[in-house]
Amino acid sequence: MGRLLIKGFIGNFLNSTYRNIKVFFRYVGSLAILLFRTIFWMFIPPIRKRQILEQMNNIGVKSFPIVFLISTFTGIVLALQSAYQMQKFSAEMYIASLVALSVTRELGPVLTALVIAGRCGAAMTAELGTMKVTEQVEALETLSANPVQYLVVPRFLALIIMVPLLTICADFFGIMGGYLIGVGKLGISHGMYLKMTFDPLALKDIVTGLIKSFSFAVIICVIACFEGVHSAGGAEGVGRATTASVVRSFIMIIIADCFFTALFYFIMAK
Amino acid sequence: MEQGSDNLMIELKNVSKTFNGRLVLDGLDLSVKTGESLVIIGRSGCGKSVTLKHIIGILRPDCGEVRVDGKDITKLNVKELNKMRMNFGMLFQGAALFDSLSVLKNVGFQLFEYSEMTLDEIKRRVAECLSRVGLKGIEDAKPSELSGGMKKRVGLARAICMFPKIILFDEPTTGLDPIMGDVINDLIRHLHDTLKMTSVTVTHDMKSAYKIADRIAMLYDKKIIAVGTPEEIENSDNPIVKQFVTGAAEGPINSTED
Ligand SMILES: Nc1ncnc2c1ncn2[C@@H]1O[C@H](COP(=O)(O)OP(=O)(O)OP(=O)(O)O)[C@@H](O)[C@H]1O
Ligand SMILES: [Mg+2]
Repeated sequence: MGRLLIKGFIGNFLNSTYRNIKVFFRYVGSLAILLFRTIFWMFIPPIRKRQILEQMNNIGVKSFPIVFLISTFTGIVLALQSAYQMQKFSAEMYIASLVALSVTRELGPVLTALVIAGRCGAAMTAELGTMKVTEQVEALETLSANPVQYLVVPRFLALIIMVPLLTICADFFGIMGGYLIGVGKLGISHGMYLKMTFDPLALKDIVTGLIKSFSFAVIICVIACFEGVHSAGGAEGVGRATTASVVRSFIMIIIADCFFTALFYFIMAK
Repeated sequence: MEQGSDNLMIELKNVSKTFNGRLVLDGLDLSVKTGESLVIIGRSGCGKSVTLKHIIGILRPDCGEVRVDGKDITKLNVKELNKMRMNFGMLFQGAALFDSLSVLKNVGFQLFEYSEMTLDEIKRRVAECLSRVGLKGIEDAKPSELSGGMKKRVGLARAICMFPKIILFDEPTTGLDPIMGDVINDLIRHLHDTLKMTSVTVTHDMKSAYKIADRIAMLYDKKIIAVGTPEEIENSDNPIVKQFVTGAAEGPINSTED
């Protein structure tokens, strides 16, 4: 009896896992289709400069303060937390290297992407979703404008330019946060801190971070726009789509991060 | 007109459409002659808006053909469809103005996108279209600042701005006061008389239907059940049509039926 029950549980579990995996891949497939269509329409004139600039302003300039805040504090926290351990071995000066590497390789790109997904991805989904449920997307079509070209392409371009740029800022401010603690509190000298920051830091660390952040930008855009233009069911539907957009971007960003980290690890290690 | 069967501008043949397993149109046939003004009447929720969306190709039928100017638009690719849509203007039931754009950009959308006109020329054309629907000096307003009826009229101005060959109106006069409603009826009639536009109008308002229509088609139970001149429809023997045009609660149409 008990064994049967367990068997049933396992069967159900496997079954639903299988179904979920299928749903997941179908979803990724639709995202890929949207991505290809976006890239296709990207090269077809007219280039909407004004709209792209507007989106860049929205995404880049207006997100700058929060990216600044988060990355600086992360740098500070990282330095403090590692100081807790390092002080035991009197190895405080390695804090500089630790902060520099973890910020450029990992925290800068990921935190920036999460901030942008929450701040701009959600807004995009809500805007496109509202346009969809009030028939504005259909109206665009009747006016011979392609919704992908008109709505998605400017956002895509703005994101793939601005997210890496913001990531560079985040790298800088994260290191600066570490510097504040290292030099201000732990008594590492200015010269020593900079040396310990830039000595281990190779160009490839920054570049791999930027490759990550570029792919995160693609993920944010595709998910936000997909959820937006596929929302249905009035205000409630738009709300649901917005939640889904944020949650799914977060998940996909973390998965992609794991994938790239492993990839770079094995490429570089060999 | 290419090889057009007689001179039909729009032809829907055996069009069926299901939404989430629910049949909305079932083998609908409808044709509109070139230069004709056709009015579609029918109960709320019977699929009038869906029919209009099929004509312009934003919805694709599950089966059947939609021919515009002799071409089956269900078989066109995106590019051809966009080109074909340059001949169309459409007023949506909810106006569907772009929230993020001013009235000027909304009405002149296609002029900004596809024409070589200068800003001044566009402004002049937009002002002219707005004045046709009884609006003035609202070019810089955003749609959210307008009343429902004003939005509808701006949507109307956007639909006629390019002087399209075919124009589709989804309830152009609902939400307007009676006087403004009559102005819009006159406008539709005028566009049709002077510019020889082919128009398809959806309305509930029998008075404006009689005024605008060359022919009236009644949509009921997923099909067109009657087509005829306004007189024919007004004096129809069909009990369903009769009940609808007289607006009686008693009759073959059950008022609780969905
Ligand atoms: N995108 C859609 N998804 C699902 N169902 C839809 C969709 N569009 C329309 N329907 C359904 O199709 C039916 C017909 O809708 P339609 O909007 O054409 O009605 P209508 O005749 O225009 O009514 P009204 O006069 O109230 O505007 C409705 O029952 C509606 O529920
Ligand atoms: Mg309708």
